[in-house]
Amino acid sequence: MPAARSRIGHDRGKMLAMLIAPAFSLSLPTATAAMVATTSIAHLTGLDIAVIVVYFAMVIWIGYYLKNRANTSEEFFMAGREMTAWIAGLSFVSANLGSLELMGWAGSAYQYGILAAHWYWIGAIPAMLFLGIVMMPFYYVSKTHSVPGYLKLRYGQGSSTVAAVSFAFMTILMSGVNMFSMALVMKVVLGWNITFSIVVSSLAVAAYVALGGLRSAIFNEVLQFVLIWGGALLVPILGMIDAGGWTGLKTRILHDLPGQDYLHLWRGLGHFHDNPMGVHWTGIIFGLGFAISFGYWTTDFLVVQRVLAANSLRSARMAPVIGSFFKMAVPFIVILPGLLALVVLHNPNGSLMHLVGEDVVSAHPGMGLHSYNEVLPLMLVRYCGPGLLGLGITALIAGFMSGMAGNVSAFAAVWTYDIYQPMLRKNEPDEHYVTIGRWATVLGVVVSIGAAYLVMHAQGIMDYVQALFSFFIAPLLGAILMGMFWKRATKSGGFWGLLIGTVTSVGLWAWVHFYPAALRFVALSPDAKDMAENMYRALWSLSITVIVTLVVSLCTSGKPDSELKGLVYGATVLPKEDPVAFYKNELFWAAIAVVVFVGLNVMFW
Amino acid sequence: MTGTREIPIWFFIGVLLSVYGVMILGYGLWELATGHVANVVLAHLHAPVWWGALMLVLGLFYLVKFRPGR
Repeated sequence: MPAARSRIGHDRGKMLAMLIAPAFSLSLPTATAAMVATTSIAHLTGLDIAVIVVYFAMVIWIGYYLKNRANTSEEFFMAGREMTAWIAGLSFVSANLGSLELMGWAGSAYQYGILAAHWYWIGAIPAMLFLGIVMMPFYYVSKTHSVPGYLKLRYGQGSSTVAAVSFAFMTILMSGVNMFSMALVMKVVLGWNITFSIVVSSLAVAAYVALGGLRSAIFNEVLQFVLIWGGALLVPILGMIDAGGWTGLKTRILHDLPGQDYLHLWRGLGHFHDNPMGVHWTGIIFGLGFAISFGYWTTDFLVVQRVLAANSLRSARMAPVIGSFFKMAVPFIVILPGLLALVVLHNPNGSLMHLVGEDVVSAHPGMGLHSYNEVLPLMLVRYCGPGLLGLGITALIAGFMSGMAGNVSAFAAVWTYDIYQPMLRKNEPDEHYVTIGRWATVLGVVVSIGAAYLVMHAQGIMDYVQALFSFFIAPLLGAILMGMFWKRATKSGGFWGLLIGTVTSVGLWAWVHFYPAALRFVALSPDAKDMAENMYRALWSLSITVIVTLVVSLCTSGKPDSELKGLVYGATVLPKEDPVAFYKNELFWAAIAVVVFVGLNVMFW
Repeated sequence: MTGTREIPIWFFIGVLLSVYGVMILGYGLWELATGHVANVVLAHLHAPVWWGALMLVLGLFYLVKFRPGR
């Protein structure tokens, strides 16, 4: 699985996306070679530096201002459950929207065309709407503080501990991997010292999350979301003017790059070898659109934590719906720049620039080659002068920090609520757990920094770290769906389903890793590529989890309905929400989101 | 935004957009006045002027609408 060896992640969502996208191949060893061999892409002026400094001052100010609003555990870990639907919704999307995702998917669009938009539309929207409309009532009514917390209520401590420990360990390790990856990008793009980037960004995140808890993380994520759009939106606007509008862009792509379909979402998915990604529509719909997407958006505590902080059930249901509209719009600042780069980027001699993979860049040092992953910085430099360039770079930094803040705030909550409290110190006063949460935040950042340097010196580790994440997503989805929608699911069924589903995922990965020909069995075709393998592996492990949970549950005795109240469909009477005007109703906006989602897919069919 | 007296996040966003708007619009106007235009594609469109102005207007809107104590 050579392509999988060369992926970097950002937060868990970005990492997940990268797991299923070889286009994200910003190879660490090769990128290291590239950064040594080449000069930086951009040079910042004093005005650009001032823009970046203002941003850091602002996030610290917010953390300091909110430090007195995080005195109880409910305030520190759940933001007091006081967030409005808009704040929770923007934070929900922002925690997943990071700089490496922006850069990686722009590179994917350059390499594969609009196919990359699947990861923003079918790979996100149905799951986000399902979370808001169907699953959120159970998470919210159960008053759980985390996803492992829900597993504890539904299946008992065993399943919860497996989920909590794996989440805490992998979150913090992944945070370090991403920290190093981001510092490496700053080195390649700006020539910044890696240690400087790591220390400054991580200390800022530690300060504002430790001071203000989840409320501070959420406020900053909303700020970062606005900043990402403010910094990145100018590139597609100017790029479209440069390319002669959408019609001009299409014409130039067809003229300059004949032979490959860059402009259609579904037409080339009839067979694995009909598209450059090597995927099939069944994998996109069932693997990406269901197993992976639902696994991430509905069970990953990093994003679910933001919605749990909403101030009412209606807000909690509305937040993912609001987020879905912004998620559908993200391709405008990510995919479109990648497509524009195909026709507007030129070499100094006037010829069309051809970006290449990291392996090619590192194999030809000194030739001035650029990799796919440098699409966004190249486009920024093309259109943005002093000030605007600083704004674009600040958007990248903001994206990284929002992802890292998401990681450490989720880690602090899971560590304190699901590991420390049940297993180490059960009956301490509330202030004690707040203190533990603050220290867990700082500790999380320190361990992340350690992990970043570990990866720097043993870069092969990150291949396995990223693979590890993919092992848990789909089985966790299976366990939670069975627990939430089937009253008969039992404690043993949930535990064994989760465990055997995870083992299945690991086994399939190892099978292909050590015997590449097995790809034809796992992904159903010898023409399948890595992304298809990840999609089908998720689907297999999800199926196994459901089957094992089903069989074991039928062989064991479950809980009476009275003990499932608030946890399971059919045993829960959902609270009646006050009637509101139709334009404030989450179902109305979810229907609009579905219409827009279908429209986009038809428009770019 | 949380139903209490704390400063809404939108106010912070207003502050940031306003500061950035002033900085970027100021640079854009300096470019216009001096003719020292940055060496970027489509520089004749003077993006810093209209993008900075847009940020400033949005920032001021949020500053006023969500000012503390309102």
